[in-house]
Amino acid sequence: MKHVHPSSARVPAPGLRLRGDFDHAGVPLFRDLDLTVAAGGWTCLLGPSGVGKSTVLRLLAGLETGGSFTGEIGADDGGPIAGRIAFMAQTDLLAPWLDVRGNVTLGARLRGETPDAARAEELIARVGLADHVHKWPASLSGGMRQRVALARVLMEDRPIVLLDEPFGALDARTRAEMQELAFETLTGRTVLLVTHDPAEAVRLGHRLFILSENGLSECAGLENEPVRAIDAPETIEMQVRLFRSLRGGVA
Amino acid sequence: MTRRRLLDGLLAATVAILSWQVLVWITGVPPFILPGPLRVAETLVDNAGLILDHATITVAEVLIGLVLGALFGAMTALHLMISPLARRLVLPVMVFSQAIPVFALAPILTLWFGYGMASKIVMALLIIYFPVVSTFYDGLRRTDPGLLDLAQTMGARPRRTLFFLRLPAALPAFGSGLRLAAVYAPIGAVIGEWVGASRGLGYLMLLANGRAKTDLMFAAMFVLAAFAVVLYAAVSVVTRRMVRWSDETVEATPRP
Repeated sequence: MKHVHPSSARVPAPGLRLRGDFDHAGVPLFRDLDLTVAAGGWTCLLGPSGVGKSTVLRLLAGLETGGSFTGEIGADDGGPIAGRIAFMAQTDLLAPWLDVRGNVTLGARLRGETPDAARAEELIARVGLADHVHKWPASLSGGMRQRVALARVLMEDRPIVLLDEPFGALDARTRAEMQELAFETLTGRTVLLVTHDPAEAVRLGHRLFILSENGLSECAGLENEPVRAIDAPETIEMQVRLFRSLRGGVA
Repeated sequence: MTRRRLLDGLLAATVAILSWQVLVWITGVPPFILPGPLRVAETLVDNAGLILDHATITVAEVLIGLVLGALFGAMTALHLMISPLARRLVLPVMVFSQAIPVFALAPILTLWFGYGMASKIVMALLIIYFPVVSTFYDGLRRTDPGLLDLAQTMGARPRRTLFFLRLPAALPAFGSGLRLAAVYAPIGAVIGEWVGASRGLGYLMLLANGRAKTDLMFAAMFVLAAFAVVLYAAVSVVTRRMVRWSDETVEATPRP
């Protein structure tokens, strides 16, 4: 059996920068946005719905946004972003006709490569689904389905990982477990996590940004290293500060 | 659940046949206008060989038409997905062609393809072609955009996205197209036989009707209806098996 590299530490993950304006149907969504995603760490982008968080993520992913962007998007090592990202969304985006292993190896099949079945099985075991390798998504719970999606991200083994509220639809306990599992397995990669949940951002972020109608602002003052305990006093205090900033729009 | 539905069906059939018999008794209509169910059953048994002979032809026409229609329909839908030119040229023609009743085409098809099975197969094919193409094409276009985004970030090749994502995702739609086709195909074949044929259940019905053998007409019609029901049931089973993963209650069977 081949050795698995859960984190691609051998290839240094690049930092990302997105700078520019975005218009949706002639209406500006954001102006002079300047977001830096630090290399090899977790950057959380927090904000209310409709301010363009997902648009930022989709721009970085090179996906259709339905609007026009003027500015620049790039990696700090000068290389292209395309082909170096893995993507995880709020819905698990599992193909219902494929079993767990089929979903985890979907990328290889779509690129016309031979999937590495042994590696897929190891990663499925790593996310705790060893007993469910041959089940269809319809027979899995929401939490298990997101684990499959995480295993698929790990299988893709890209240095940059873009997460669009991937834990938003899970119940509190499953969410906490998934956050820890994702953080542990994605260590060393450049991760951008888009979320509307201050608690999640405070738990997982190395750096924290708030995107609001007034633009982007960094929320400094994070202590310790993630994953931070949910019930630590400084975590709770930070969470309250974030919550106030979100409500008042003042960071 | 299925057994209950089967029982309901049997009960409904019994009630219908009884009412039919009662109607014949009460009104006292002569058998050449409306034969009773008993008489039809007798005729069916007495003429089993003759009816079976003609039924074989019709069944063959329908099955061949169904398979060819499904095949051509599926290929057309895939081609529409791949080629923008096909979308611009073929799609409007297809929609327009639906304005022509297939009934109106039957005489000319008989002229072109003769009195044999070929013209009936073409009729069955034509009548199911559009429903198959339009349901399958719709299904192919309506892939979850999230899945397509995912495929893009994975660096998927367009052809592979079509065959590994869009195609399986469209199978439920393709299945409903095929179930529609199973209903329409016998109609197409029988219309063809009515217009011009020397064999087949449609021909037999027309012949029996012309000779006032109404009981034989009914017997042939029942065989045709029974075949249509069995065909629909069989196609339903196949198409549901094709998408058994889409059932929310599936318990996946472990594979070796």
